[in-house]
Amino acid sequence: MTVKLGVPSKGRLMEKTFDWFADRGVTLTRTGSDREYAGAVHGIDGIELVLLSAGEIPRELAAGRIHLGVTGSDLVREKLGLWEEKVGELTPMGFGHADLVIAVPKAWVDVTTLDDLDAVAAAFRRHHGFRLRIATKYHRLIRDYLRDHGVADYQLVDSQGATEGTVKNETAEAIADITSTGETLRANHLKILSGGPVHRSQATLFKSRKADWTKEDRYTLAALKDRLGIED
Amino acid sequence: MTETAAIRAEAARLLALFEGQGAQVAETSVLQPAETLLDLYGEDIRARAYVTTDPHMGEAMLRPDFTVPVVQMHMADGAEPARYTYAGEVFRKQEDDARRAPEYMQVGYEVFDRSDPAASDAEVFAVFSDILGGAGLRAATGDLGILLAAVRGLTTTERRKAALLRHLWRPRRFRALLDRFSGRAPQPEGRAALATGDPLADLDAPIIGLRGRAEIEERIEALREDMAAPPIPEPEVALLNDLMSLRETVSNVCEHLRDLAVDLPAIGDAVDRFCARASALAAHGVDIDALDFEGSFGRTTLEYYDGFVFGFYAAARPDLPPVATGGRYDALTRVLGRGSEIPAVGGVIRPELLLAAGGKA
Repeated sequence: MTVKLGVPSKGRLMEKTFDWFADRGVTLTRTGSDREYAGAVHGIDGIELVLLSAGEIPRELAAGRIHLGVTGSDLVREKLGLWEEKVGELTPMGFGHADLVIAVPKAWVDVTTLDDLDAVAAAFRRHHGFRLRIATKYHRLIRDYLRDHGVADYQLVDSQGATEGTVKNETAEAIADITSTGETLRANHLKILSGGPVHRSQATLFKSRKADWTKEDRYTLAALKDRLGIED
Repeated sequence: MTETAAIRAEAARLLALFEGQGAQVAETSVLQPAETLLDLYGEDIRARAYVTTDPHMGEAMLRPDFTVPVVQMHMADGAEPARYTYAGEVFRKQEDDARRAPEYMQVGYEVFDRSDPAASDAEVFAVFSDILGGAGLRAATGDLGILLAAVRGLTTTERRKAALLRHLWRPRRFRALLDRFSGRAPQPEGRAALATGDPLADLDAPIIGLRGRAEIEERIEALREDMAAPPIPEPEVALLNDLMSLRETVSNVCEHLRDLAVDLPAIGDAVDRFCARASALAAHGVDIDALDFEGSFGRTTLEYYDGFVFGFYAAARPDLPPVATGGRYDALTRVLGRGSEIPAVGGVIRPELLLAAGGKA
C-alpha cells in the first residue's frame, strides 16, 4: 500500500505546497504534460501524489480516499460537519493566509460590532419585510459563528464569486468572505466588523481519520513526519 | 419484529391513545414549502432542516416538525374547538452529533381551544403524563409567559424591552443585553462616536445597498435615546434573575411567584394563569407536589413556545434527547394566521425514544 497525499492541482497554492515540501527535503513534481494531473514524490518512499482541486481535498480526506491532504483550514471547517472526527491537523504550513470576515457598508456608521449587526437585522426586517441578507459561500462557518454570538433575523444568500459587489447590486446587505489585505473590501466601500475574524485560515497539512492506515502506511507517516519536522 | 416495525407499532399505539382523547387524525405532506418555515425560524432552521428545490414549489423542506403545517391546516378551515393527532417522520440534520438520527417518528397531540387556556394546558400535560406514566420518565415544566411578562414590566424603554423579548430564546445574548441595559457592562465599542453631532457628515464613502440614510439616522437616534436612558433598576434585575433561576415543585412555586409579583406587579396575570394551571393539573390527577418547575425551561428551544412548556426525560439515559416535549404557542398562530389567532397547546412523543427508555405504558 502507499500513502496518498492530495495537494492542490494548480496555481500559487500548488507552487507554495511544492516549495514547502522541497524545503524539507521532499520533492513533489508534476509529471507528463502541463495539462495532465499526475505527479511524483522523491526523497521518501511509500507516498503517492494525487493532484486535486483544493476545494475537493476535504471531501476526499473525509471519505478516506486520500490519507493526507493540503488545503485551507477554512475549507475543511466549511465543508465537513464534525471535521475533527474526520481529519486531524498535522501542521499549519505558514502560507495561504486569509481571514474570513463579515463586512458591512462603510456608510453604516452605526455598526461596529456583531451586536450592532444583530440590532440592524431586527430593524431591517421590520422596515423591509424580509431578513437582512449576508452574501457568502461559507454557509456553515458563518451560520455557526452568528448562532454562537446570538445574531438573529439574518439570512445567508449564496455567492460563489464577486461577493463584494453584492451590496452595491442590492442582492445582499452585508457579506462574509475571505480577505488577505482588505483591499477589495475597501474598493467596494465595505468595512470589517470589529472583534476579530470568524476564522484565520492558512494552508494546512491534514491527516484523514477515515482512511485505511495499514501498518506499513503508519511507518511511512512516521518517517514523513520526522522528515517534515512534525512532532506528535 | 424489526426495530422499524416496532417503532411503527408503537407510533400506531400512541396515535390510537390520542384518538381516544377525541382527537382527529391530521395528515400533512412530507414536502413543505420552505418559505414559511424560513420566515419563522431563519437560518437556524436552514441548518437543521433538509432544504431542496422543486421545479414548481420552489424551495421546499422535508418536514422538520408537524406543528406549523397542523396550525396552517387548522387556521385554513378548522372548526373550533379542535383536537388533532398525527404520526409520521420528521427530518432534522444533526450537524453536531452524527449519532443522533436525522429521520425519526413523532406522534403528536394539539389542542386549539379559546375557552380556558389553563384547562387546555393541564389537559395536554395530563394526557401525556398518563400515556407516558409507566415509563419512569422525569417531567419538567416551565412557563415562558411569566418571563415574557416580567420583561414587559421592566422600568425601561420600549426599545430595550423589545430587544430583550427578541432574545429570550438566546440566553447568552439575553444576558449580555441585560447586563448592558442595567449598567453592569459597558457600552459596546463605537457608541461614543455616535453620541453627538452628525456622524454621517464626514463620511468618505457612498451609501450603498438597500439600507439607506434614513434607516442609519433612525438607529443613531435610537442609540442616543438608549445612551441617555437610565439603567434598569437593580432590584428589577434581581427579580428577573430570581425568576429565571427558580427551581421548585409546581405546588410550591405558585406561592413563591405570588411573593415575587408583589414587587413586580406586571407578572400578576401570568402568575394567576400559572396558579390556575396548577389547580387544573391537580384536578386532572397530576401530582404537582412531585412535578418540577424550572424558571428557564424552554429558553433554548426554537422560539415558538410562549407560555406553558414541558418535557419528559429518561432519567436513566441522559444521552437521549427528551422523549416528549410540548407547550403553548399562541404567538405562532398569530404569525401564521395573518390577522386571526387561536390559543393553542400541544406536544409530541418520539416513539423510538419511549421504547429505548424501556417504556411500555
